[in-house]
Amino acid sequence: MNIQDVIREQVTSHPVVLYMKGTPQFPQCGFSATAAQILKACGVNDFYAVNVLENPEIREGIKQFANWPTIPQLYINGQFVGGADIMRELYQSGELQKLLAAGH
Amino acid sequence: MDEVIALMRERLAALAPESLEIEDESAQHAGHEGARGGGGHYRMTIVSPQFAGLNSVARHRAIYQALGDLMGRRIHALSITAFTPEEF
Repeated sequence: MNIQDVIREQVTSHPVVLYMKGTPQFPQCGFSATAAQILKACGVNDFYAVNVLENPEIREGIKQFANWPTIPQLYINGQFVGGADIMRELYQSGELQKLLAAGH
Repeated sequence: MDEVIALMRERLAALAPESLEIEDESAQHAGHEGARGGGGHYRMTIVSPQFAGLNSVARHRAIYQALGDLMGRRIHALSITAFTPEEF
């Protein structure tokens, strides 16, 4: 299985997946910390978090997967949602909560 | 002006921005894991008529595309707020 297939498998087999630097408990980057906090603020505590710092292949592969050059990246039901800025916008407008409710 | 910011402005001219503010926040992130690669942290507010009809994901993609290989090499992290002139 190549790395793109591994990523596809991850995002389709879990309803909510966050690719991040570090873990939700110990984020290693401010943007990743924000992303994890937003999910928790939406009441989603059991999202599937992938620490890209533990896997250089995923760290590079995820950028190609969504054609998105930065981390964190949020996926709901296999669909790319956005990075930390977009998560914040969607959270403030209430749309993220709706997406999560539909996907979770 | 910071060299990377000058390069960013040059590339983003492709989006014909009516307003473009870029702040270098690298100093706030010195020493953390992600800062080791040497790239800077930037925050930008950009206003362009080309964002009309595009959602946030498409606006960010247009910006990343314009920045090209600066992303990841010279820019480690970028916080983006993108408006159309009507929204601004």
